Amino acid sequence: MSETMTMNAPLTAADGESLKVKLARERRNKQLKAIALVAPLALFLLLTFLVPIAMLLKRSVDNPEVITYLPQTSAEIAGWDRRGLPSEAVFAAMARDLTVAKEQKTVPEISKRLNMDISGFRSLIQRTARKMPLEVAAGESVRDQFIAMDERWGDPDHWHVIAKNAKSWTPYYLYSSLDLRETKAGMPELAPEEERAFLSIFGRTLWMSMWITLISVLLGYPIAYWLANLPARKSNLLMILVLLPFWTSVLVRVASWIVLLQQEGLINSALMGLGIIGEPLQLAFNRTGVYIAMVHILLPFVILPAYSVMKSIPPTYMRAAISLGDHPFAAFWKIYFPQTVAGVAAGALLVFIMCMGYYITPALLGGPQEQMVSYYVAFYTNVTINWGMAAALGSLLLVATMTLYAVYSKLVGANKLSLG
Amino acid sequence: MLPNYASPIERIWFWTFRILCVSVLIFLVSPLLVIIPLSFSDNTFLLYPIENFSLRWYQEFFGNEVWLNSLKNSFIVAPAATLLAMALGSLAAVGLSSSNFPGKSLLMSILISPMVVPVVIVGVGSYLFFAPLGLTNSYLGLILVHTALGVPFVVITVSATLGNFNVNLIKASANLGANPLTTYRRVVFPLIAPGVISGGLFAFATSFDEVVVTLFLAGPEQSTLPRQMFGGIKENISPAIAAAATVLILFSIALLLTLEWLRGRAEKMRTAVEH
Repeated sequence: MSETMTMNAPLTAADGESLKVKLARERRNKQLKAIALVAPLALFLLLTFLVPIAMLLKRSVDNPEVITYLPQTSAEIAGWDRRGLPSEAVFAAMARDLTVAKEQKTVPEISKRLNMDISGFRSLIQRTARKMPLEVAAGESVRDQFIAMDERWGDPDHWHVIAKNAKSWTPYYLYSSLDLRETKAGMPELAPEEERAFLSIFGRTLWMSMWITLISVLLGYPIAYWLANLPARKSNLLMILVLLPFWTSVLVRVASWIVLLQQEGLINSALMGLGIIGEPLQLAFNRTGVYIAMVHILLPFVILPAYSVMKSIPPTYMRAAISLGDHPFAAFWKIYFPQTVAGVAAGALLVFIMCMGYYITPALLGGPQEQMVSYYVAFYTNVTINWGMAAALGSLLLVATMTLYAVYSKLVGANKLSLG
Repeated sequence: MLPNYASPIERIWFWTFRILCVSVLIFLVSPLLVIIPLSFSDNTFLLYPIENFSLRWYQEFFGNEVWLNSLKNSFIVAPAATLLAMALGSLAAVGLSSSNFPGKSLLMSILISPMVVPVVIVGVGSYLFFAPLGLTNSYLGLILVHTALGVPFVVITVSATLGNFNVNLIKASANLGANPLTTYRRVVFPLIAPGVISGGLFAFATSFDEVVVTLFLAGPEQSTLPRQMFGGIKENISPAIAAAATVLILFSIALLLTLEWLRGRAEKMRTAVEH
């Protein structure tokens, strides 16, 4: 090795390999090891959590009925120019499809789906299917026979609906969840006022979540402040009063609130015993009850993060401000409060997110006017078995939640979620 | 405390503030205090005042096949989900804190997300996915989803514990001649154990209190205690629910005490290591 070579040669490890390469490999090995440790959980959540949610999202645009159970019609109607009535071939395909559907007993699936777009389509399909198979003499038109059977077959609107649904996906459920409907041109428009329902439910969900969050912050902030500034012995003792409800089953708490708030409940009898009210107040099974129980459930989620933020603020700051001549209120407002805003806001955002998806409390303690989006997701799943609507409402709720969660992660960092 | 020279306004403010705080604390605990005595009432309705005390609702609770079965199911599903969550969660937390790799913060957000996704969505989604696989009406399906719901707590608590973890301890241990396994067993694990266990307690509480996914996924045979209470509250609220509630409150006190004890222990260990 010449002298010039040694001067330009990169640093090497003991075995003569470049140190740079070796370090890079070491880092990569470490990364691979880290990924290998995370992989089991990532895989597990993929299968038990992410794929199920993806299926829900897919279900919200899924439209299998027409293409599955009216396959020939779907194929034929693709060539329709959407002016006047479809061709004879489409009618013939429809007759064949309905014959098969009648044999395989799939008529209800088709009629249920088409009835969503035009009410009355259910009976039209069922009545027509009952007359299948058609006997068509030579020279006779299937189209004329269909129209003779029911003149609605001569109405292009009904065929437009079939054509619209002859593809594997549809925006129908998502539009419906936002009180929209598809015009013939394929554009969304707001449904007539008497048919609107879901925008107000989304509005109500946000409105109630906002109030619950606001009340929780207003009640939680002073408690956190008080506990954070008490001597440790005392605050630890009082903290148990916050943590115990936090650890108690939500159902236990809802049951207790029913006991307290019902007509003959403790609060009403106490107020009547004191002569404050003449007849019992309606406290449960309405919005008051839901607000009270929800605030009770979510209050610890405000108090705990706020408390830990306040604990980290040195009390000397306030003392300094006061000794420099600030009034204690001014010192609090100018010195203490700004330092707590970020932590409290993060807690509040988390409470808001949790509120938006709440199901149990409104279901048990609310009336029909208190049900939020989650209730309708469950309702469409369990009661009317309309997967499309359940999935669409769920997807929109998910989008709203995840948007706020992204904001939260950005603000706080997901790993900083406080658990008290 | 209020100084002697405090102005009247300061006095009023001081006491208003105190009264507000105390009433919020009363608001927080009163529901728990109210339901316990009712479970010892003889009355068929959950009403005060209690005229005669009796244990009949505990007999009803512990003598009834349906309640006992739901209790048993809760004690099958929750521990299984907790163990699975503890294993998967702590491995992932160790991985996440040991090295930086691209997409780490996104991955972390995803691993935590079961905490914030509305449970109804998880319920419907897992029903859609599990029904064709034959995992509805089964313990396995329920355990898997409850694990997913509980795992973020383990990831968070173990990550937090590892954040305070002094990496030099591993080097010191290796330097003193311990192999990686011994180091893990004798040095790393005892230090992160409080985090793992408290995460496990959170995961346990999550599963033990979970209703919504159970409503969608479980059949009558897998009905858990909260599911049974949900049905009970919805249909006809009987004092047997108060008995169940009292049992659950005692249980949460036990969980809370365990957690506080762990926290104290972790604190002691950390300071012992630092000094």
